[in-house]
Amino acid sequence: MNADAPYDEMYDAQGNVRAHYECFAEWVRDTRDERIAQKRRQAEISFHRVGITFAVYGEESGGERLIPFDIAPRIIPAGEWNVLEAGLIQRVRALNMFLHDIYHDRRILEFGVIPESLVLRNSHYRPQMVGIDLPSQVYAHIAGIDIVRAGEGEYYVLEDNLRVPSGVSYMLENRKMMMRLFPELFASQAVAPVEHYPALLLETLQSVGPEGLDQPVVAVLTPGSYNSAYFEHAFLAQQMGVELVEGQDLFVNDDTVYMRTTRGPRRVHVIYRRIDDDFLDPRVFRADSVLGVPGLFSAVAAGRVTLANSFGTGVADDKSIYPYVPEMIRFYLSEDPILLNVPTYRLSQDDDRKYVLDHLQELVVKEVHGAGGYGMLVGPTASRSEIEAFRQRIQAEPARYIAQPTLSLSTCPTFVDSGVAPRHIDLRPYVLSGSETLVVPGGLTRVALREGSLVVNSSQGGGTKDTWVLED
Amino acid sequence: MLCRTASDLYWMARYVERAENNARLVDLTQRISLLPERLDPGRSSTTAWRRALDALGQLETYEACRGELEPARVLAWILLDTDNPSSIRQCLFQGRELGRAQRGAITAEMYQELNTSWLDMDEMAADASSTDGVSGFLDWVKTRCAAFRGVTLGTMTRDEGYHFMTLGTAVERADNTVRLLDFKYAQADEGEGGSRDFIQYYQWSAMLQAMSAFETYRKTYRDAVHPLHVSEMMIFQQDMPRSLAVCSRWLHRMVELLAEDGRSEVVRLAGALDASLRFGRMDDVLEGGIKPFLDDFILRLEALHQAIVAQFMTSIEIDGRLDDRRAGPVSSMLS
Repeated sequence: MNADAPYDEMYDAQGNVRAHYECFAEWVRDTRDERIAQKRRQAEISFHRVGITFAVYGEESGGERLIPFDIAPRIIPAGEWNVLEAGLIQRVRALNMFLHDIYHDRRILEFGVIPESLVLRNSHYRPQMVGIDLPSQVYAHIAGIDIVRAGEGEYYVLEDNLRVPSGVSYMLENRKMMMRLFPELFASQAVAPVEHYPALLLETLQSVGPEGLDQPVVAVLTPGSYNSAYFEHAFLAQQMGVELVEGQDLFVNDDTVYMRTTRGPRRVHVIYRRIDDDFLDPRVFRADSVLGVPGLFSAVAAGRVTLANSFGTGVADDKSIYPYVPEMIRFYLSEDPILLNVPTYRLSQDDDRKYVLDHLQELVVKEVHGAGGYGMLVGPTASRSEIEAFRQRIQAEPARYIAQPTLSLSTCPTFVDSGVAPRHIDLRPYVLSGSETLVVPGGLTRVALREGSLVVNSSQGGGTKDTWVLED
Repeated sequence: MLCRTASDLYWMARYVERAENNARLVDLTQRISLLPERLDPGRSSTTAWRRALDALGQLETYEACRGELEPARVLAWILLDTDNPSSIRQCLFQGRELGRAQRGAITAEMYQELNTSWLDMDEMAADASSTDGVSGFLDWVKTRCAAFRGVTLGTMTRDEGYHFMTLGTAVERADNTVRLLDFKYAQADEGEGGSRDFIQYYQWSAMLQAMSAFETYRKTYRDAVHPLHVSEMMIFQQDMPRSLAVCSRWLHRMVELLAEDGRSEVVRLAGALDASLRFGRMDDVLEGGIKPFLDDFILRLEALHQAIVAQFMTSIEIDGRLDDRRAGPVSSMLS
């Protein structure tokens, strides 16, 4: 392997199997190829039958696709996980404190740690939320933090997702599938369980109910069965044993939210919503939205219902705020950040912009408000005309973009048509914040199935893997 | 339970039951149309298929959409046509879509059954339109519906959702039994002559077989297949799972379990229907005529359906309009 090769999760630079992958390597050696091929087919059929699919936009009803599942797990040793876990909790605590601060005293802006305009003029900043107190001062109850590994194996935070992060159902279903297909792998080593995530999620949601109720009534709010993540919404509601509601199933009377049930109206205390801010309340946000609940905002403001995640979290996971997260951690917690940020160029600044425009072929350029891998330039793999097109877009509206060095994302052995080959991966652990902040040991590992590709998004040919955190 | 969930589960069960009932009706039509012509005098090759469409209440829709009556075309209409919202294909599709929407309210195994039926549908349907494949396809449909029912029975909590599904199954099944009886009585005057009994024997046997009720009949009556006895069994038999009496008893029991107020209109309607079938006699039916009895039953079933929708599936806002709703707009239909 040459020195420029990306960090591989399974093999070290000399091509030796890393200690935490030995069990798996041994199993691959001892297992016939036909059996593995058969199990891969079995996994695919099973995902289809069980209906673990995502709806595809633009196709007629019933258009569904599987997210490809790769049976080679991504394994994280206990020591590495302990650092990740501490770093994730630290980061999400600081982000929640930041959200509380900018909707209350704005100390961080007063101290000039983050430019005021970046926050107050951000399109995801919700002035309506100013002065509204939330239970436990938590805004982002469920956070999905995207982590990549590069260089010599350092972990970096690539992106914080604090609005409606998805994918956790795949973390759970992938584990279920692996245990069904290869029980022997779990017998030979201690893989930390993730199956209790729904129970922790329910506890977290119940811990932030209004008025200190013992058993607040929780509901999951979905845009409906044609949403691409509907499977996950239904899955989580079922696993938590709570109602899965659409906007039409709720109404607000006297700042109190009710479900329409067969036995008349029933009060709801905590709503785990999977609908974006803009569509949640036509009286306050987009008036044309039919997905939301008129009056919901006012019920939240009155403290009669808790929304998870709250209104207005998008300002904290915006790419223009991202470079300041390490500063937030120092400011609110007086701690040094445990996890690294990817160095980021702000194109609104002259020096940075000049550097970026001169080095477009080496950099990744992202739209500040973009998501899902769209509106993005990956310099090293882009054609000359794509680079030129992006150059013009940057010059026209520099503040819309940030740039980062192209990280050589780590690779993990992956089953592909030609056998087993390294493919680039990332990791999304899920951080829950209620009366306390915690993480289940694991997350969703996404893999870019196309050779050389760095884009892991399911909308662009990405797949998933089971993620194992080994116990000591 | 959410009103929307109750409604989706009720309809999901109805669509699955309807898919199976369509398969049974096609089965009956096939059996009759394949009888030698001397057993169905005066018929043409399309008579049985016209009656099938009539029993489904789809004759006009069919003619508007597909024109001329032709056996293969009618078959395709009932089995697979996407323009026919009650074709077996559309029933399986709707059942699966409602199951998907409510996958949080049903068990994973139940959804897997619905999903499997839908995913295998195209393959199974591929040769269904040719005469060879039809009976295989019909058996497959019946087996798929039975598998869903079995998994439901074996895995679902006996909660409100289960009761709404049972309610949907009972309404749909009662509706189907009435239609099948209607199908037979619509041609009651045909076939005068010496071979009359012989004809009746085959046609009513075909009906019993389509209803999977032949053995029950034999056990109950121990005589040759006689139209009156078949009707009596399909209407009043207290232990035949497709009889109107059994369906009505289910309806009544489910509605009682679901309604908080035992005096509500929906309970009254279901109770009255149940009582008339539990304590009714064939002689009384014959006095007024079988056809009027069946027509009246369909009206009462429809009124009950409307009351179920009004009572459980129509949302009300917070204030005290409960009483208005309980009175219901359907009570007048029975007076």
